[in-house]
Amino acid sequence: MRLLDIKRLSKEYKGGTHALCNVNFSVNEGEFISVIGPSGAGKSTLLRCINRMIDATDGEITFDGVSVLNLKKKELRRLRTRIGMIFQHYNLVNRLSVIENVLHGRLGYKTTLEGIIGRHDEEEKEQAFAILDKLGLRNETYKRCDQLSGGQKQRVGIARALIQNPKLVLCDEPIASLDPNASKIIMDHLKAINKDMGITCILNLHQVDVAIKYSERIIGINSGKTVYDGPANELTMEKIHEIYGSEAGELIIE
Amino acid sequence: MEIDLFKKRRRQMTIVTVIIVALIIFFAEITKYDAIKGFTSIPAAIRWMFANFYPNAKSLDKLPSILSKLNETIFLSISSTTTAGVLALVFALFGSRTTKINNFLSSISRFIASIFRNIPVVAWAMILLFSFGQNALTGYFALFFVTFGFLTRVFIETIDEASYESVEALQATGATYFQIVFQAVIPSSLPQLISWLLYMIETNIRSSTLVGILTGTGVGFAFSLYYKSMNYNAASLVVIAIVLTVFVIEIISNYVRRVIL
Ligand SMILES: Nc1ncnc2c1ncn2[C@@H]1O[C@H](COP(=O)(O)OP(=O)(O)O)[C@@H](O)[C@H]1O
Ligand SMILES: [Mg+2]
Repeated sequence: MRLLDIKRLSKEYKGGTHALCNVNFSVNEGEFISVIGPSGAGKSTLLRCINRMIDATDGEITFDGVSVLNLKKKELRRLRTRIGMIFQHYNLVNRLSVIENVLHGRLGYKTTLEGIIGRHDEEEKEQAFAILDKLGLRNETYKRCDQLSGGQKQRVGIARALIQNPKLVLCDEPIASLDPNASKIIMDHLKAINKDMGITCILNLHQVDVAIKYSERIIGINSGKTVYDGPANELTMEKIHEIYGSEAGELIIE
Repeated sequence: MEIDLFKKRRRQMTIVTVIIVALIIFFAEITKYDAIKGFTSIPAAIRWMFANFYPNAKSLDKLPSILSKLNETIFLSISSTTTAGVLALVFALFGSRTTKINNFLSSISRFIASIFRNIPVVAWAMILLFSFGQNALTGYFALFFVTFGFLTRVFIETIDEASYESVEALQATGATYFQIVFQAVIPSSLPQLISWLLYMIETNIRSSTLVGILTGTGVGFAFSLYYKSMNYNAASLVVIAIVLTVFVIEIISNYVRRVIL
């Protein structure tokens, strides 16, 4: 089943930076894809075009049969409820508790007033507890987020995305601020939500080895163009050099 | 060619040096004059203060009336600050990079705030004297305007600093504008916002005393009245009451800050 279709996608920022040039690929339901490339290649821009956090300049994006780029405000809101997003810096409201942050994932389904006063029904709370359980955060439920470690914060980020009941989760450098231990835990959780819950995942990653280890498919971009799109096990050293260009030397030392 | 350049440089240096020296001599003359006058008058001023400027038993009779005037001043400061704070929050939401609705509204609200901020409170009081005359409303609006301008600016900075990332996350979940404001922006920045509000209340107690002299209200007016009628004992009591109040308010607001931050 085709979930996402990207055709001729381009993005030019004000000031003339061509962050994406004619990007084409499609994603089937249940895939786990890593996007790799040097910094400034356009990875974040690509991810944010999919849920319209950034408006593309040109091209077409079809998500689950819906043409994303022409959506009106209300329809855009509905689209976003079905796409979870996970960030490098977790992007939590640090002064609120874990459970409150998780329930933020439900805001897209609520009326403005319900959302303002933070009213959630029993079912939503049950689901939040279940997700926290699954991510090993049960004991942290009522802690304030500024008391958590980076790895725990990122798990809260995952929980907030999961409670949206998304079809697709976009992860922008989910482990870039974490130590190797916490990184492994996060990657294992992401892999699990993909395998067990059938949620499609697209990750921007900095670490090629992690991308190869966890994903079936890898998309390599450089200067806004896709230079590789294929199975992880066919990603040769040569291809890696092509993706990273002049940064490759630095990469090998890592 | 090169010689010319050096000549030109030397000439420029000479001119600049002459100007600087002239300025130094000129201002040294003025300050020396001031300094001598200032130093010689200090002992006399102190002597005068100890002789006249202290509260005595008779001036204590005025205490209830002074305290009620002081109340008026404190109330003026708190009410103008809090109401200005509410309006400033609205303008800050429009003005902030994180929560702006569009660029046009953002520039407009920043511009308005900057106008109100850059006219000093005493100038506002003088301007408003024409429209409202000598009463508490003039003082209220003078403080309100400046506070509004100042708080809008610092609220914008607070919002951008405290909530940019969480706003992005909530937008991505499909939350609406007001949901984002109440679930992310306010929870993240509330302690900072309150802290600024307290700071402005402190500042405005001082300013409203000054403004009161102009507008004929509050404890500032009481002071100028006693002072002009040469009741220095009562005037000194007013000063002591103001100083104590400022201290107490500062202690209270520091305590509140410690608790909420
Ligand atoms: N808001 C922006 N305005 C202008 N240029 C931007 C903006 N965001 C990113 N860019 C530029 O677009 C290019 C791609 O950026 P980005 O998508 O963040 O790359 P990556 O995530 O791969 O590091 C870079 O050259 C970056 O400088
Ligand atoms: Mg990036």
